Amino acid sequence: MIAYIFKRLLVAIPTLLALIVISFLMMHAAPGGPFTQEKQLPAQVLANLNAKYGLDQPIWVQMGRYVWGVVVHFDFGPSFVYKDRTVNEIIAQGFPVTLSYGMTAFVLAVVVGVTLGVLAAVFQNSWLDYVAVGISIGAQVLPNFVMAPILVLIFTLWLGWLPGGGWEGGDWKHQIMPVIAMATAYMASIARIMRSSMLEVLTLNHIRTARAKGLPTHKVILRHALKPALIPVLSYLGPTFVSMITGSVVIDMFFSTGGIGKFFVDAALNRDYALMMGVTLLVGVLTIIFNLVVDVLYAWIDPKIRF
Amino acid sequence: MAMLEVSNLSVSFATPEGTVNAVNGISFSLEKGQTLGIVGESGSGKSQLAFAIMGLLARNGTARGSAKFNGVELVGAPLSVLNKVRANQIAMVFQDPMTSLNPYMRVSDQMAEVLTQHRGMGKDAAVAEAARMLDAVRIPEARARIRLFPHEFSGGMRQRVMIAMSLLCQPDLLIADEPTTALDVTVQAQIMALLRDLQRDFGMATLLITHDLGVIAGFCQDVIVMYGGKVMESAPVDPFFDSPCHPYSRGLLHSLPRVDQEDAALFSIPGSPPNMTRAPKGCPFQPRCSNALALCSDYLPPLTEFAPNRKRACNVPVEAL
Amino acid sequence: MLSPIDISALALRLAKLDEVKGRSLWADARLRFMRNKAAVAGVILLLLCAGFAAFGQLISPYSYDYIDFNIMGHAAEMGAPSWAKGYYFGIDDQGRDLFARVAMGTRISLWVGVIGTAISVLAGTLYGAVSGYVGGRTDSLMMRLVDVLLSIPFMFVLILLLVMFGKSLTVLFMGIGFLSWPAMARIVRGQTLTLKSREFIEAAQATGVPALRIILRHIVPNLLGIVVVYATLLVPDIILTESFISFLGLGVQEPQTSLGELISEGAKTMRYGTLWQLAFPMGFFMATMFGFYFVGDGLRDALDPKDR
Repeated sequence: MIAYIFKRLLVAIPTLLALIVISFLMMHAAPGGPFTQEKQLPAQVLANLNAKYGLDQPIWVQMGRYVWGVVVHFDFGPSFVYKDRTVNEIIAQGFPVTLSYGMTAFVLAVVVGVTLGVLAAVFQNSWLDYVAVGISIGAQVLPNFVMAPILVLIFTLWLGWLPGGGWEGGDWKHQIMPVIAMATAYMASIARIMRSSMLEVLTLNHIRTARAKGLPTHKVILRHALKPALIPVLSYLGPTFVSMITGSVVIDMFFSTGGIGKFFVDAALNRDYALMMGVTLLVGVLTIIFNLVVDVLYAWIDPKIRF
Repeated sequence: MAMLEVSNLSVSFATPEGTVNAVNGISFSLEKGQTLGIVGESGSGKSQLAFAIMGLLARNGTARGSAKFNGVELVGAPLSVLNKVRANQIAMVFQDPMTSLNPYMRVSDQMAEVLTQHRGMGKDAAVAEAARMLDAVRIPEARARIRLFPHEFSGGMRQRVMIAMSLLCQPDLLIADEPTTALDVTVQAQIMALLRDLQRDFGMATLLITHDLGVIAGFCQDVIVMYGGKVMESAPVDPFFDSPCHPYSRGLLHSLPRVDQEDAALFSIPGSPPNMTRAPKGCPFQPRCSNALALCSDYLPPLTEFAPNRKRACNVPVEAL
Repeated sequence: MLSPIDISALALRLAKLDEVKGRSLWADARLRFMRNKAAVAGVILLLLCAGFAAFGQLISPYSYDYIDFNIMGHAAEMGAPSWAKGYYFGIDDQGRDLFARVAMGTRISLWVGVIGTAISVLAGTLYGAVSGYVGGRTDSLMMRLVDVLLSIPFMFVLILLLVMFGKSLTVLFMGIGFLSWPAMARIVRGQTLTLKSREFIEAAQATGVPALRIILRHIVPNLLGIVVVYATLLVPDIILTESFISFLGLGVQEPQTSLGELISEGAKTMRYGTLWQLAFPMGFFMATMFGFYFVGDGLRDALDPKDR
């Protein structure tokens, strides 16, 4: 098991290196640099700036330095725009916030989605099923950027119950709307996948055996049907987690939660390549780690998978 | 009163193509310790009959009529009633041992939960008891192998596990639904021998469902021949094999390969079982029957006793066959 | 026993009994699709949205970039939807006709969805079919590349691309198309592997048909079902991506607009009471998404019938 995880991490290294190199080269192929602004800087100032950030060096030297910094020191270099702050500092500030509400949203989406899906399948064609299916069909057209304005409209502008933005150190009132806005669409997808997978599992022979044993319904579902029915959901979790982290870009913009997403958009608008790459790589690393976690979960569910 | 009393039992399925009538008004009874075989081609409704008795029909299936076990009505019974009977009094062995066991659970857990459910045993005691039962079905090193997952057993061994699991609560009735169909021929013989021994040792009544007359001959006291969801003939095994009294039974017997007739070509009944969405009005076997009379397509006589313990449903007189 | 004459009579009777109308797979699928109410509703919804996107700007008396300076900045008091003034959906903050702008936005969102999907499907199908058909080391190498691409954070790279090459529709099309083909490639490869062992492919190989021809003439046409289903479900995903990026203000260039950008504007101004600015773009966004989801689900169920 540990050997397998190690092997997977080894395989991930070329992926990350490829990601670094490709994005680095793309950035240099792009027209304009971080100091290309409306107001022309004097040539001398520009040269000094370029020298300070090493932009006057040949491209492969720059790349080598960057890769070395990232890999050896886990150092993404200085931010081009936020003066005298490094990318590391910015990430250290924004990322815990993103992870905090991101994980809550993720857990919410999975727990509610799975529960809804299971209930809908077990009580197929009952009112419970229709309500669950109705919710999940409706919610799949409510991505974060649609959900966020609707929530603010209702709970802040009309009802005045919740603050429309801010973070306040993670106070629960400030977390509710970001979490719901982030989770809704994914909860819907998970519920749909769970429902159809559960319906399929319930027709399997070993479920009939479990029923023939005289087990009550809840034991048949929880002990015998849940694990196999979770497998399709599991393969959806990896992409979901990444999309949710991506969604923080909208959430941080809209709710001013101060997570990493806001910095990314600012970086994008200001051509702060160092910060953009730092965030992109970080999310890349997270993707790889999360996919690994999912693979380990597969093995936990299915005894036929051995490393 | 008989232990199992099935009367006028019907099973139908709602499908997008219309209602499928898998079983059409079947009646029979089973005494304590009796072994009864139900034989028929695939699609004759014999498995659905068993599922109906156990309340295990698929979601779109409905059972009508009656199946009383020790006086308790099972058809349409609430789950709480069924769950006291299942595994405890009526246990079932399924056709495909590859998929009938839960692939995600250790054999020990799968077997133990029967005992914890019905006998209120603790986990450890239940596993120990289960291991003893694995011993009884002649699985070597049962105490160690009970910790394995189903995919770590061969097909024949898995069916042994299924059988052991079904016997844990010492049921009064064992329903074996094609227990050997999915297995190799040599393994088939071993499993049937095992079942025969266990039946003798435990003394439970057995309902054996199969398409293989040979299996019936070696195992059962009585036989019921089903076709198109209906009983064609029912009889004790010995007179049945001596003189089958229904054209379909004859066809089935003729299509058995025989060692004593060397170069006879293997006979097969022409045609295939009827499409049950439009079940024929008369005798379901009539389109394939070489003895069919004009009235057969419109009318099937009820199952009637024509000799002691022997019943048949056919328009053609026995003498004319 | 049976005489030969009896048997032939029997065969005739059986033939009549088992007579089933032969229908092709596609005709069958069409029938199932037409019976699916949600799918038909989806088609109608999509046709309405597409019609609105195509002709909306012709119907409106105003152009999408015409600024009415008289009411500019007074959207809350004077800009509500009004049939008499010709502002059917009201105006936006800058005094522009929202009806024309929503039509424009719907058109761009649909275009991005369809063209992005087309690029993705084309690239993914060819790549997957070649990989699956060739097999061996080439296959595992090609699929390893897909794995690498799939673990790249799609949206971040897309934003990176847009920042580097400038906000434009072309970059958006290309970026989305090229970033979303790996998933398609994987599905197609799986299907190709199962097709490869079928008799008609083996027959073509035996008669010496060149590999590329087999892929294009025999494999790809047989992948059509799964590709069509996947493509219909990919379109709303791509529209979602595009709207997401436009919501952030990183999408198309002003005065062009898309649904995501309009929703963003509506969200920014909703506290002033100009709710129409949020409601109309959101409504069309949701209708389009519903349409594609219903059609996609309907197609999947029609081509792969399973009782769900």
